[in-house]
Amino acid sequence: MSLIRIYGLFLRHFFLITRSFPRILDLIYWPSIQITLWGFISNFFASHSSYYNNAVGVILTCAILYDFLFRTSIGFNMLFLEEIWSRNFTNLFIAPMKISEIITSLVFTALIRALIGLIPAIILTSPLFGISILDLGIYLFFLFLSLYIFGITLGILVSSGLLRFGPSFENIAWSTMFLLAPFGCIYYPIETLPEIFQKIAYSLPLVYVFEEARNILINNSVNLENLYSALKLNVVYLTLAIILFYYSFSEARKKGTLINIGE
Amino acid sequence: MQTLVEVKNLKKSYGLKEAVKGISFKIKDNEILGLLGPNGSGKTTTIGMMLGLLKPSDGEIIIDGKKIEENRIEILKKINFISPYIELPKKLSVRQNLIVYGKLYSVSDIKRRIEYLSEKLRLGDLLNKITGELSSGQKNRVSLAKALINEPKVLLLDEPTASLDPEIGDFVRTFLENYKKEKKISILLASHNMNEVTRLCKLTLMMKDGIIIDSGSPEELINKHGRKNLEEVFLKLTRSNNESN
Repeated sequence: MSLIRIYGLFLRHFFLITRSFPRILDLIYWPSIQITLWGFISNFFASHSSYYNNAVGVILTCAILYDFLFRTSIGFNMLFLEEIWSRNFTNLFIAPMKISEIITSLVFTALIRALIGLIPAIILTSPLFGISILDLGIYLFFLFLSLYIFGITLGILVSSGLLRFGPSFENIAWSTMFLLAPFGCIYYPIETLPEIFQKIAYSLPLVYVFEEARNILINNSVNLENLYSALKLNVVYLTLAIILFYYSFSEARKKGTLINIGE
Repeated sequence: MQTLVEVKNLKKSYGLKEAVKGISFKIKDNEILGLLGPNGSGKTTTIGMMLGLLKPSDGEIIIDGKKIEENRIEILKKINFISPYIELPKKLSVRQNLIVYGKLYSVSDIKRRIEYLSEKLRLGDLLNKITGELSSGQKNRVSLAKALINEPKVLLLDEPTASLDPEIGDFVRTFLENYKKEKKISILLASHNMNEVTRLCKLTLMMKDGIIIDSGSPEELINKHGRKNLEEVFLKLTRSNNESN
Protein backbone atom coordinates (compact mmCIF):
# COMPACT_ATOMS: atom_id res chain seq x y z
CA MET A 1 0.00 0.00 0.00
CA SER A 2 1.40 3.37 -1.02
CA LEU A 3 0.14 6.36 0.97
CA ILE A 4 1.39 8.65 -1.80
CA ARG A 5 -0.82 6.97 -4.42
CA ILE A 6 -3.78 6.88 -2.03
CA TYR A 7 -3.21 10.58 -1.36
CA GLY A 8 -2.85 11.16 -5.11
CA LEU A 9 -6.27 9.74 -5.90
CA PHE A 10 -7.77 11.63 -2.96
CA LEU A 11 -6.25 14.84 -4.38
CA ARG A 12 -7.85 14.13 -7.75
CA HIS A 13 -11.30 14.33 -6.16
CA PHE A 14 -10.42 17.00 -3.61
CA PHE A 15 -9.27 19.33 -6.39
CA LEU A 16 -12.52 18.65 -8.22
CA ILE A 17 -14.61 19.56 -5.18
CA THR A 18 -12.66 22.72 -4.34
CA ARG A 19 -12.69 23.96 -7.93
CA SER A 20 -16.45 23.94 -8.17
CA PHE A 21 -18.72 25.95 -5.89
CA PRO A 22 -21.85 24.18 -7.22
CA ARG A 23 -20.34 20.87 -6.15
CA ILE A 24 -19.76 22.15 -2.62
CA LEU A 25 -23.26 23.62 -2.62
CA ASP A 26 -24.66 20.33 -3.86
CA LEU A 27 -22.97 18.48 -1.00
CA ILE A 28 -24.47 20.86 1.56
CA TYR A 29 -27.81 21.59 -0.11
CA TRP A 30 -29.48 18.19 -0.11
CA PRO A 31 -28.71 17.18 3.48
CA SER A 32 -29.89 20.59 4.66
CA ILE A 33 -33.10 20.36 2.63
CA GLN A 34 -33.66 16.83 3.89
CA ILE A 35 -33.17 17.81 7.49
CA THR A 36 -35.36 20.89 7.20
CA LEU A 37 -38.16 18.92 5.59
CA TRP A 38 -38.05 16.19 8.18
CA GLY A 39 -37.79 18.74 10.93
CA PHE A 40 -41.15 20.11 9.99
CA ILE A 41 -42.61 16.62 9.67
CA SER A 42 -41.28 15.85 13.15
CA ASN A 43 -42.91 18.94 14.54
CA PHE A 44 -46.18 17.89 12.98
CA PHE A 45 -46.01 14.45 14.50
CA ALA A 46 -45.05 15.88 17.83
CA SER A 47 -48.28 17.79 18.03
CA HIS A 48 -50.49 15.10 16.56
CA SER A 49 -49.08 11.78 17.71
CA SER A 50 -48.89 10.48 21.25
CA TYR A 51 -46.06 8.11 20.28
CA TYR A 52 -43.70 10.88 19.32
CA ASN A 53 -45.16 13.47 21.65
CA ASN A 54 -42.12 13.60 23.90
CA ALA A 55 -39.55 12.59 21.31
CA VAL A 56 -39.52 15.21 18.57
CA GLY A 57 -35.84 14.55 18.04
CA VAL A 58 -36.25 10.86 17.21
CA ILE A 59 -37.35 11.28 13.61
CA LEU A 60 -34.95 14.12 13.00
CA THR A 61 -32.02 12.21 14.49
CA CYS A 62 -32.87 9.15 12.40
CA ALA A 63 -33.13 11.37 9.31
CA ILE A 64 -29.62 12.68 9.96
CA LEU A 65 -28.29 9.15 10.51
CA TYR A 66 -29.99 7.90 7.33
CA ASP A 67 -28.72 10.85 5.36
CA PHE A 68 -25.16 10.10 6.47
CA LEU A 69 -25.59 6.53 5.22
CA PHE A 70 -27.10 7.78 1.97
CA ARG A 71 -24.32 10.35 1.40
CA THR A 72 -21.58 7.83 2.13
CA SER A 73 -22.96 5.24 -0.26
CA ILE A 74 -23.86 7.65 -3.07
CA GLY A 75 -20.59 9.51 -2.48
CA PHE A 76 -18.58 6.36 -3.10
CA ASN A 77 -20.56 5.59 -6.25
CA MET A 78 -20.21 9.17 -7.47
CA LEU A 79 -16.43 9.01 -7.20
CA PHE A 80 -16.45 5.93 -9.39
CA LEU A 81 -19.00 7.30 -11.85
CA GLU A 82 -17.08 10.56 -12.09
CA GLU A 83 -14.17 8.64 -13.62
CA ILE A 84 -16.49 7.05 -16.19
CA TRP A 85 -18.26 10.30 -17.08
CA SER A 86 -14.98 12.19 -17.50
CA ARG A 87 -13.59 9.35 -19.67
CA ASN A 88 -10.68 9.12 -17.23
CA PHE A 89 -11.46 5.54 -16.22
CA THR A 90 -8.80 3.94 -18.42
CA ASN A 91 -6.13 6.37 -17.20
CA LEU A 92 -6.91 5.36 -13.64
CA PHE A 93 -6.72 1.61 -14.28
CA ILE A 94 -3.46 1.80 -16.24
CA ALA A 95 -1.84 3.70 -13.38
CA PRO A 96 0.12 1.43 -11.04
CA MET A 97 -2.57 1.39 -8.37
CA LYS A 98 -3.48 -1.73 -6.46
CA ILE A 99 -7.18 -2.44 -6.04
CA SER A 100 -6.71 -2.05 -2.28
CA GLU A 101 -5.27 1.43 -2.84
CA ILE A 102 -8.19 2.45 -5.05
CA ILE A 103 -10.73 1.22 -2.48
CA THR A 104 -8.90 2.87 0.44
CA SER A 105 -8.66 6.19 -1.35
CA LEU A 106 -12.32 6.19 -2.38
CA VAL A 107 -13.42 5.13 1.14
CA PHE A 108 -11.52 8.06 2.63
CA THR A 109 -12.74 10.56 0.03
CA ALA A 110 -16.34 9.39 0.47
CA LEU A 111 -16.04 10.07 4.22
CA ILE A 112 -14.79 13.61 3.59
CA ARG A 113 -17.67 14.22 1.15
CA ALA A 114 -20.24 12.87 3.61
CA LEU A 115 -18.87 15.00 6.46
CA ILE A 116 -18.96 18.16 4.32
CA GLY A 117 -22.70 17.59 3.98
CA LEU A 118 -23.37 16.28 7.47
CA ILE A 119 -21.73 18.92 9.65
CA PRO A 120 -23.84 21.89 8.39
CA ALA A 121 -26.98 19.74 8.71
CA ILE A 122 -26.19 18.91 12.35
CA ILE A 123 -25.45 22.57 13.09
CA LEU A 124 -28.76 23.55 11.46
CA THR A 125 -30.92 21.31 13.63
CA SER A 126 -30.04 22.99 16.90
CA PRO A 127 -31.18 26.60 16.21
CA LEU A 128 -34.10 25.54 14.01
CA PHE A 129 -35.61 22.75 16.09
CA GLY A 130 -33.77 22.84 19.41
CA ILE A 131 -32.48 19.30 18.87
CA SER A 132 -28.95 18.03 19.03
CA ILE A 133 -27.91 14.67 17.62
CA LEU A 134 -25.13 14.78 20.19
CA ASP A 135 -27.79 13.69 22.72
CA LEU A 136 -26.91 10.16 21.59
CA GLY A 137 -23.63 10.62 23.45
CA ILE A 138 -20.58 8.44 22.86
CA TYR A 139 -22.78 5.83 21.15
CA LEU A 140 -23.34 8.27 18.29
CA PHE A 141 -19.82 7.43 17.14
CA PHE A 142 -20.61 3.70 16.94
CA LEU A 143 -23.90 4.35 15.15
CA PHE A 144 -22.13 6.56 12.60
CA LEU A 145 -19.35 4.00 12.25
CA SER A 146 -21.85 1.23 11.47
CA LEU A 147 -23.67 3.39 8.94
CA TYR A 148 -20.40 4.50 7.37
CA ILE A 149 -19.21 0.91 6.95
CA PHE A 150 -22.56 -0.16 5.50
CA GLY A 151 -22.63 2.86 3.15
CA ILE A 152 -19.15 2.03 1.94
CA THR A 153 -20.16 -1.62 1.56
CA LEU A 154 -23.08 -0.65 -0.69
CA GLY A 155 -20.77 1.69 -2.61
CA ILE A 156 -18.26 -1.11 -3.21
CA LEU A 157 -21.05 -3.49 -4.27
CA VAL A 158 -22.44 -1.00 -6.80
CA SER A 159 -18.93 -0.15 -8.05
CA SER A 160 -18.34 -3.88 -8.56
CA GLY A 161 -21.42 -3.89 -10.78
CA LEU A 162 -20.13 -0.85 -12.68
CA LEU A 163 -16.78 -2.57 -13.19
CA ARG A 164 -18.38 -5.74 -14.41
CA PHE A 165 -21.34 -4.37 -16.41
CA GLY A 166 -20.20 -0.84 -17.24
CA PRO A 167 -22.24 2.39 -17.10
CA SER A 168 -25.48 0.48 -17.69
CA PHE A 169 -25.30 -0.38 -14.00
CA GLU A 170 -25.52 3.32 -13.16
CA ASN A 171 -29.22 3.39 -12.34
CA ILE A 172 -28.69 0.71 -9.70
CA ALA A 173 -26.21 3.08 -8.10
CA TRP A 174 -28.95 5.63 -7.53
CA SER A 175 -31.67 3.25 -6.43
CA THR A 176 -29.84 0.99 -3.93
CA MET A 177 -30.52 3.13 -0.91
CA PHE A 178 -34.18 3.67 -1.79
CA LEU A 179 -34.63 -0.08 -2.19
CA LEU A 180 -33.09 -0.85 1.20
CA ALA A 181 -34.68 2.01 3.12
CA PRO A 182 -37.97 0.22 3.95
CA PHE A 183 -36.02 -2.67 5.51
CA GLY A 184 -33.82 -0.32 7.50
CA CYS A 185 -36.71 0.64 9.82
CA ILE A 186 -35.42 4.16 9.84
CA TYR A 187 -38.52 6.00 11.00
CA TYR A 188 -40.55 3.21 12.59
CA PRO A 189 -40.00 0.18 14.86
CA ILE A 190 -39.33 -3.18 13.21
CA GLU A 191 -42.68 -4.52 14.51
CA THR A 192 -44.36 -2.28 11.92
CA LEU A 193 -43.06 -4.54 9.14
CA PRO A 194 -44.80 -7.79 8.08
CA GLU A 195 -43.07 -10.87 9.50
CA ILE A 196 -41.33 -11.88 6.28
CA PHE A 197 -39.91 -8.38 5.89
CA GLN A 198 -38.75 -8.47 9.50
CA LYS A 199 -36.56 -11.46 8.67
CA ILE A 200 -34.95 -9.54 5.81
CA ALA A 201 -34.55 -6.48 8.02
CA TYR A 202 -32.77 -8.50 10.74
CA SER A 203 -30.22 -9.65 8.17
CA LEU A 204 -29.18 -6.02 7.58
CA PRO A 205 -27.15 -3.92 10.01
CA LEU A 206 -29.44 -0.92 9.52
CA VAL A 207 -32.27 -2.12 11.71
CA TYR A 208 -29.95 -2.56 14.71
CA VAL A 209 -28.58 0.97 14.26
CA PHE A 210 -31.95 2.70 14.03
CA GLU A 211 -33.58 0.55 16.74
CA GLU A 212 -30.71 1.47 19.02
CA ALA A 213 -30.91 5.18 18.16
CA ARG A 214 -34.61 5.15 19.11
CA ASN A 215 -33.88 3.10 22.22
CA ILE A 216 -31.31 5.62 23.46
CA LEU A 217 -33.48 8.64 22.73
CA ILE A 218 -36.84 7.31 23.94
CA ASN A 219 -35.87 4.92 26.76
CA ASN A 220 -32.60 6.57 27.82
CA SER A 221 -30.96 3.15 27.89
CA VAL A 222 -28.33 1.41 25.81
CA ASN A 223 -28.53 -2.11 24.41
CA LEU A 224 -24.97 -2.97 23.41
CA GLU A 225 -26.22 -6.14 21.75
CA ASN A 226 -27.67 -4.00 18.93
CA LEU A 227 -24.33 -2.28 18.35
CA TYR A 228 -22.46 -5.62 18.31
CA SER A 229 -24.98 -7.17 15.89
CA ALA A 230 -24.66 -4.23 13.52
CA LEU A 231 -20.88 -4.39 13.64
CA LYS A 232 -20.76 -8.17 13.10
CA LEU A 233 -23.06 -7.96 10.07
CA ASN A 234 -21.06 -5.03 8.72
CA VAL A 235 -17.82 -6.99 8.88
CA VAL A 236 -19.43 -9.88 6.98
CA TYR A 237 -20.99 -7.68 4.28
CA LEU A 238 -17.87 -5.51 3.85
CA THR A 239 -15.69 -8.60 3.44
CA LEU A 240 -18.06 -10.03 0.85
CA ALA A 241 -18.20 -6.69 -1.00
CA ILE A 242 -14.41 -6.44 -1.19
CA ILE A 243 -14.15 -10.03 -2.45
CA LEU A 244 -16.81 -9.25 -5.07
CA PHE A 245 -14.92 -6.11 -6.15
CA TYR A 246 -11.74 -8.13 -6.76
CA TYR A 247 -13.75 -10.75 -8.61
CA SER A 248 -15.47 -8.10 -10.75
CA PHE A 249 -12.10 -6.56 -11.63
CA SER A 250 -10.81 -9.96 -12.71
CA GLU A 251 -13.98 -10.60 -14.76
CA ALA A 252 -13.78 -7.12 -16.30
CA ARG A 253 -10.26 -7.94 -17.50
CA LYS A 254 -11.56 -11.13 -19.09
CA LYS A 255 -14.66 -9.55 -20.67
CA GLY A 256 -13.01 -6.32 -21.79
CA THR A 257 -15.23 -3.95 -19.78
CA LEU A 258 -12.26 -1.89 -18.61
CA ILE A 259 -11.33 -1.01 -22.17
CA ASN A 260 -14.82 -0.01 -23.29
CA ILE A 261 -16.25 1.52 -20.14
CA GLY A 262 -15.42 5.13 -20.88
CA GLU A 263 -16.66 5.08 -24.45
CA MET B 1 19.93 -2.80 -28.65
CA GLN B 2 17.97 -4.41 -25.84
CA THR B 3 14.52 -5.97 -26.26
CA LEU B 4 12.13 -4.12 -23.96
CA VAL B 5 8.85 -5.67 -25.11
CA GLU B 6 8.30 -9.26 -26.13
CA VAL B 7 4.88 -10.55 -27.12
CA LYS B 8 4.67 -14.33 -27.55
CA ASN B 9 1.80 -16.17 -29.22
CA LEU B 10 -0.73 -13.73 -27.75
CA LYS B 11 -4.40 -14.71 -27.99
CA LYS B 12 -7.63 -13.16 -26.80
CA SER B 13 -11.11 -14.60 -27.18
CA TYR B 14 -14.47 -13.25 -26.12
CA GLY B 15 -16.57 -16.38 -25.94
CA LEU B 16 -16.35 -17.95 -29.39
CA LYS B 17 -15.01 -14.79 -31.03
CA GLU B 18 -11.22 -14.70 -31.40
CA ALA B 19 -10.09 -11.07 -31.40
CA VAL B 20 -6.35 -11.82 -31.40
CA LYS B 21 -5.17 -15.17 -32.77
CA GLY B 22 -1.63 -15.81 -31.59
CA ILE B 23 0.54 -12.85 -32.51
CA SER B 24 4.23 -12.44 -31.65
CA PHE B 25 6.55 -9.45 -31.93
CA LYS B 26 9.36 -7.63 -30.16
CA ILE B 27 10.18 -3.98 -29.61
CA LYS B 28 13.73 -2.93 -28.82
CA ASP B 29 14.80 0.18 -26.96
CA ASN B 30 15.08 3.35 -29.03
CA GLU B 31 12.64 1.82 -31.53
CA ILE B 32 9.15 2.72 -32.71
CA LEU B 33 7.04 -0.19 -33.92
CA GLY B 34 4.05 0.65 -36.09
CA LEU B 35 0.87 -1.36 -35.65
CA LEU B 36 -1.42 -1.00 -38.63
CA GLY B 37 -4.73 -2.56 -39.44
CA PRO B 38 -8.34 -1.78 -40.22
CA ASN B 39 -10.89 -1.21 -37.46
CA GLY B 40 -11.60 -4.45 -35.63
CA SER B 41 -8.28 -6.02 -36.61
CA GLY B 42 -7.20 -6.52 -32.97
CA LYS B 43 -4.92 -3.51 -32.43
CA THR B 44 -6.81 -2.07 -29.46
CA THR B 45 -7.22 -5.52 -27.92
CA THR B 46 -3.46 -6.05 -28.21
CA ILE B 47 -2.74 -2.69 -26.58
CA GLY B 48 -5.34 -3.44 -23.88
CA MET B 49 -3.51 -6.65 -22.99
CA MET B 50 -0.16 -4.83 -22.92
CA LEU B 51 -1.67 -2.30 -20.49
CA GLY B 52 -3.05 -5.01 -18.23
CA LEU B 53 -6.65 -3.93 -18.93
CA LEU B 54 -7.37 -7.24 -20.60
CA LYS B 55 -6.37 -10.73 -19.55
CA PRO B 56 -4.89 -12.71 -22.45
CA SER B 57 -6.58 -16.03 -23.23
CA ASP B 58 -3.15 -17.46 -24.03
CA GLY B 59 0.44 -16.40 -24.65
CA GLU B 60 2.48 -13.89 -22.72
CA ILE B 61 3.68 -10.31 -22.68
CA ILE B 62 7.10 -9.60 -21.24
CA ILE B 63 8.03 -5.98 -20.59
CA ASP B 64 11.49 -5.08 -19.32
CA GLY B 65 12.10 -8.75 -18.52
CA LYS B 66 8.91 -9.36 -16.53
CA LYS B 67 5.60 -10.99 -17.42
CA ILE B 68 2.74 -8.56 -17.11
CA GLU B 69 0.24 -11.07 -15.73
CA GLU B 70 2.47 -11.74 -12.73
CA ASN B 71 3.90 -8.24 -12.27
CA ARG B 72 1.08 -5.94 -13.40
CA ILE B 73 1.64 -3.08 -10.95
CA GLU B 74 5.43 -3.16 -11.30
CA ILE B 75 5.20 -3.03 -15.10
CA LEU B 76 2.53 -0.30 -15.10
CA LYS B 77 5.07 1.93 -13.35
CA LYS B 78 7.30 1.65 -16.42
CA ILE B 79 4.77 2.12 -19.20
CA ASN B 80 2.18 4.68 -20.20
CA PHE B 81 -0.46 5.27 -22.81
CA ILE B 82 -2.10 8.00 -24.86
CA SER B 83 -5.27 7.76 -26.88
CA PRO B 84 -7.76 10.34 -28.15
CA TYR B 85 -10.52 8.12 -26.74
CA ILE B 86 -9.56 8.69 -23.14
CA GLU B 87 -9.31 12.05 -21.43
CA LEU B 88 -8.08 13.69 -18.27
CA PRO B 89 -10.61 15.08 -15.75
CA LYS B 90 -11.98 18.17 -17.46
CA LYS B 91 -12.69 20.29 -14.39
CA LEU B 92 -9.15 20.12 -13.03
CA SER B 93 -6.43 22.50 -14.17
CA VAL B 94 -3.60 21.09 -16.25
CA ARG B 95 -1.21 21.42 -13.33
CA GLN B 96 -3.62 19.64 -10.97
CA ASN B 97 -4.04 16.77 -13.42
CA LEU B 98 -0.29 16.40 -13.75
CA ILE B 99 0.15 16.52 -9.96
CA VAL B 100 -2.53 13.82 -9.50
CA TYR B 101 -0.92 11.52 -12.05
CA GLY B 102 2.54 12.30 -10.69
CA LYS B 103 1.28 11.03 -7.34
CA LEU B 104 -0.40 7.96 -8.84
CA TYR B 105 2.88 7.04 -10.54
CA SER B 106 4.88 7.87 -7.38
CA VAL B 107 7.03 10.45 -9.21
CA SER B 108 9.63 11.65 -6.73
CA ASP B 109 10.03 15.28 -7.85
CA ILE B 110 6.72 16.14 -9.49
CA LYS B 111 7.35 19.89 -9.64
CA ARG B 112 10.59 19.41 -11.56
CA ARG B 113 9.03 16.82 -13.87
CA ILE B 114 6.13 19.15 -14.68
CA GLU B 115 8.58 21.99 -15.38
CA TYR B 116 10.57 19.71 -17.73
CA LEU B 117 7.50 18.50 -19.60
CA SER B 118 5.89 21.92 -19.79
CA GLU B 119 9.06 23.30 -21.37
CA LYS B 120 9.39 20.42 -23.86
CA LEU B 121 5.68 20.38 -24.77
CA ARG B 122 5.10 24.15 -24.67
CA LEU B 123 2.62 23.92 -21.78
CA GLY B 124 3.85 26.95 -19.82
CA ASP B 125 0.80 29.10 -20.48
CA LEU B 126 -1.61 26.20 -20.06
CA LEU B 127 -0.66 24.89 -16.63
CA ASN B 128 -3.23 26.95 -14.73
CA LYS B 129 -5.98 26.60 -17.31
CA ILE B 130 -8.93 24.23 -16.93
CA THR B 131 -8.28 21.07 -18.95
CA GLY B 132 -11.81 20.94 -20.36
CA GLU B 133 -11.43 24.42 -21.83
CA LEU B 134 -8.36 23.59 -23.94
CA SER B 135 -8.36 23.07 -27.71
CA SER B 136 -7.82 19.56 -29.16
CA GLY B 137 -4.16 20.32 -29.88
CA GLN B 138 -3.59 21.64 -26.37
CA LYS B 139 -5.39 18.66 -24.81
CA ASN B 140 -3.25 16.34 -26.89
CA ARG B 141 -0.04 17.90 -25.58
CA VAL B 142 -1.36 17.71 -22.01
CA SER B 143 -2.25 14.02 -22.48
CA LEU B 144 1.26 13.47 -23.80
CA ALA B 145 2.67 15.17 -20.71
CA LYS B 146 0.55 12.86 -18.53
CA ALA B 147 1.80 9.85 -20.54
CA LEU B 148 5.40 10.91 -19.91
CA ILE B 149 4.99 11.96 -16.27
CA ASN B 150 6.51 8.68 -15.03
CA GLU B 151 9.40 8.67 -17.58
CA PRO B 152 8.07 5.44 -19.13
CA LYS B 153 10.42 2.93 -20.71
CA VAL B 154 7.60 1.82 -23.00
CA LEU B 155 5.05 4.18 -24.50
CA LEU B 156 1.89 2.91 -26.18
CA LEU B 157 0.30 5.36 -28.60
CA ASP B 158 -3.15 4.83 -30.08
CA GLU B 159 -3.81 7.39 -32.84
CA PRO B 160 -1.70 10.04 -31.08
CA THR B 161 -2.25 12.71 -33.74
CA ALA B 162 -5.85 11.96 -34.69
CA SER B 163 -7.90 15.16 -35.16
CA LEU B 164 -4.84 17.42 -34.89
CA ASP B 165 -4.04 20.12 -37.42
CA PRO B 166 -0.88 19.50 -39.54
CA GLU B 167 1.28 21.94 -37.57
CA ILE B 168 0.50 20.40 -34.17
CA GLY B 169 0.62 16.89 -35.67
CA ASP B 170 4.13 17.64 -36.92
CA PHE B 171 5.13 19.10 -33.55
CA VAL B 172 3.98 15.93 -31.77
CA ARG B 173 5.79 13.63 -34.24
CA THR B 174 9.02 15.64 -33.98
CA PHE B 175 8.73 15.64 -30.20
CA LEU B 176 8.23 11.86 -30.11
CA GLU B 177 11.23 11.27 -32.40
CA ASN B 178 13.48 13.44 -30.26
CA TYR B 179 12.19 12.09 -26.96
CA LYS B 180 12.71 8.48 -28.12
CA LYS B 181 16.30 9.26 -29.15
CA GLU B 182 17.05 11.12 -25.94
CA LYS B 183 15.52 8.58 -23.52
CA LYS B 184 16.03 5.37 -25.59
CA ILE B 185 12.44 4.30 -24.98
CA SER B 186 10.34 1.79 -26.91
CA ILE B 187 7.19 3.02 -28.59
CA LEU B 188 4.27 1.07 -30.02
CA LEU B 189 2.36 3.27 -32.45
CA ALA B 190 -1.11 2.24 -33.60
CA SER B 191 -2.17 4.66 -36.31
CA HIS B 192 -4.25 5.07 -39.43
CA ASN B 193 -2.00 7.90 -40.57
CA MET B 194 0.33 6.14 -43.04
CA ASN B 195 2.59 9.17 -43.51
CA GLU B 196 3.11 9.25 -39.76
CA VAL B 197 4.00 5.56 -39.67
CA THR B 198 6.34 5.92 -42.66
CA ARG B 199 8.12 8.80 -40.97
CA LEU B 200 8.41 7.38 -37.44
CA CYS B 201 8.63 3.59 -37.71
CA LYS B 202 11.50 1.40 -38.83
CA LEU B 203 9.31 -1.67 -38.51
CA THR B 204 5.59 -2.07 -39.01
CA LEU B 205 3.14 -4.89 -38.41
CA MET B 206 0.02 -5.20 -40.55
CA MET B 207 -2.86 -6.77 -38.64
CA LYS B 208 -6.15 -8.07 -39.91
CA ASP B 209 -8.72 -10.31 -38.27
CA GLY B 210 -6.50 -10.84 -35.23
CA ILE B 211 -3.37 -11.99 -37.04
CA ILE B 212 -0.26 -10.29 -38.40
CA ILE B 213 -0.62 -10.54 -42.18
CA ASP B 214 2.68 -8.86 -43.05
CA SER B 215 5.60 -7.03 -41.48
CA GLY B 216 8.71 -5.10 -42.42
CA SER B 217 9.96 -1.56 -42.71
CA PRO B 218 7.64 0.82 -44.62
CA GLU B 219 10.14 0.84 -47.52
CA GLU B 220 10.34 -2.96 -47.60
CA LEU B 221 6.57 -3.29 -47.64
CA ILE B 222 6.21 -0.66 -50.39
CA ASN B 223 8.83 -2.42 -52.55
CA LYS B 224 7.55 -5.92 -51.78
CA HIS B 225 4.00 -5.08 -52.83
CA GLY B 226 5.02 -2.82 -55.72
CA ARG B 227 3.08 0.21 -54.47
CA LYS B 228 3.88 3.92 -54.30
CA ASN B 229 3.35 4.37 -50.58
CA LEU B 230 2.30 2.64 -47.38
CA GLU B 231 -1.34 3.67 -47.76
CA GLU B 232 -1.56 1.77 -51.03
CA VAL B 233 0.07 -1.25 -49.40
CA PHE B 234 -2.46 -1.06 -46.59
CA LEU B 235 -5.37 -0.89 -49.05
CA LYS B 236 -3.96 -3.75 -51.12
CA LEU B 237 -3.49 -6.03 -48.12
CA THR B 238 -6.85 -5.31 -46.52
CA ARG B 239 -8.82 -5.41 -49.78
CA SER B 240 -7.13 -8.50 -51.22
CA ASN B 241 -7.86 -10.37 -48.04
CA ASN B 242 -11.46 -9.16 -48.12
CA GLU B 243 -11.78 -10.44 -51.70
CA SER B 244 -10.22 -13.81 -50.82
CA ASN B 245 -12.63 -14.06 -47.86
